[in-house]
Amino acid sequence: MKIQILCLLPLAMSLSCASVADEVIIDQLNKEFVFGGETVAALTIKTGDTLVFRNRDEFFHNIYSLSDLTTFDLGSFPKGDARSVTFDEPGVAEIECAIHPDMYMTVEVE
Amino acid sequence: MDGYIAAVCAMLVEFKRAEMIAYEGKYMNKNKNLLSGLLLFACSALAPQQLYAEKADYLRPDLTVPADNISSPARVTLGKNLFFDPRLSGSRWISCATCHNPGLGWADGLATGIGHGMGGLLRSSPTVINTAYNKFQFWDGRARTLEAQAVEPIKAAGEMARDMEELTIELESIAGYKKMFDKAYPGEGVSETTIGKALAAFERTLITADAPFDRWVAGDETAMSDAAKRGFEVFEGKGQCDLCHSGFNFQDDGFHNIGIQQDPPDAGRYNVRPVAILMGAFKTPTLREITRTSPYMHNGSYKTLLEVVDHYDRGGDTDKNLSPNIRPLGLTQSEKTDLVAFMVALVTEKPLAVTLPNLPQISPEYPQ
Repeated sequence: MKIQILCLLPLAMSLSCASVADEVIIDQLNKEFVFGGETVAALTIKTGDTLVFRNRDEFFHNIYSLSDLTTFDLGSFPKGDARSVTFDEPGVAEIECAIHPDMYMTVEVE
Repeated sequence: MDGYIAAVCAMLVEFKRAEMIAYEGKYMNKNKNLLSGLLLFACSALAPQQLYAEKADYLRPDLTVPADNISSPARVTLGKNLFFDPRLSGSRWISCATCHNPGLGWADGLATGIGHGMGGLLRSSPTVINTAYNKFQFWDGRARTLEAQAVEPIKAAGEMARDMEELTIELESIAGYKKMFDKAYPGEGVSETTIGKALAAFERTLITADAPFDRWVAGDETAMSDAAKRGFEVFEGKGQCDLCHSGFNFQDDGFHNIGIQQDPPDAGRYNVRPVAILMGAFKTPTLREITRTSPYMHNGSYKTLLEVVDHYDRGGDTDKNLSPNIRPLGLTQSEKTDLVAFMVALVTEKPLAVTLPNLPQISPEYPQ
């Protein structure tokens, strides 16, 4: 019995790890979305993950989505501030800065 | 010492210009950061000349042109004919040039435009100069390309009020136009699409030459007056004008509610994207050729640049949904006049020259 439990432990641990939601940080820099130091136009995340948008420009940015998947307006915020949004359902969301709409990215939620 | 600083920074600006050209005409922010950082580093050691570093932000980028509408003389000629042809309107009396008059800075000198049947329009006619650099067209940005924008006023009931199908039939019946369309867009025919493409091709030629500011950026210290140089410091510093009026074309492809009191209110960008901050927000206009495009603001509410500066200095006239970037500035009178002097330095010595086309006539006797 003890052996069986030990055998199942790695499986249980991996299931547990897979369900842990991540926090993904996106910078707003030079009027672009930046992830991991690179400009990002499309990103894939897991259901339950949270996107954190950090404004690193000298001026205000905004974050909103009017997608079929989700609708939100995180408002406008200055340099140094951040706003976050959690995606609870799979699908594709379009995200923009309302002030600078050339800042546009899609997020695929798996 | 000042001469040395200017020389170093001019060299770096030239380096930056060469780097931009190397990237297929796309304004590469990553590389801009690298160069701006280099400029800042080079010039910060030579304080108080840090503002030289800011010059790199104002270099002329190459134009991005759609792959299916690469410019050619035939396309530009066709677009120019269409632009000046009043037969594009339902009344046969209004051309694109009626509201975008070359003699009035390619605008109309009116607070708000006048359209079909002398009906008043809600917004000011924006200049079409340098509009090729814009990523969003119209005051509310509802068109993403010049091709898409160009045909909308033709069809709009309040503007040129022309049935597009009727227009294409009429243009096709004019041998001179048929020939021009065939030459410019072989196999594509006369259509709303090719009309839009030709007008866009012409508008992409309406680009400003270097103004005194550009020559100063390139290293000619005598190109701008001392007042204009001080004005640039206010523009970049206390005035924070560059938060929105940024880059070569002095606009950020952004939408802001700047506190214009208007009755009845105009929802602006909110009509395109119903997001709270966009209620009453409009696209940042260019400052190039600014003295030739009065009156100012989306509703033409100010006649002079000093009135505009005063508006921003008092933080707008209404705080209803006001952009968080707008706040009282506390500018002195001399800072205001310096700011105006700087904006005057964004105006070319000679306006963009244009020769009017001889428009194709429907008469079979007219030489086609």
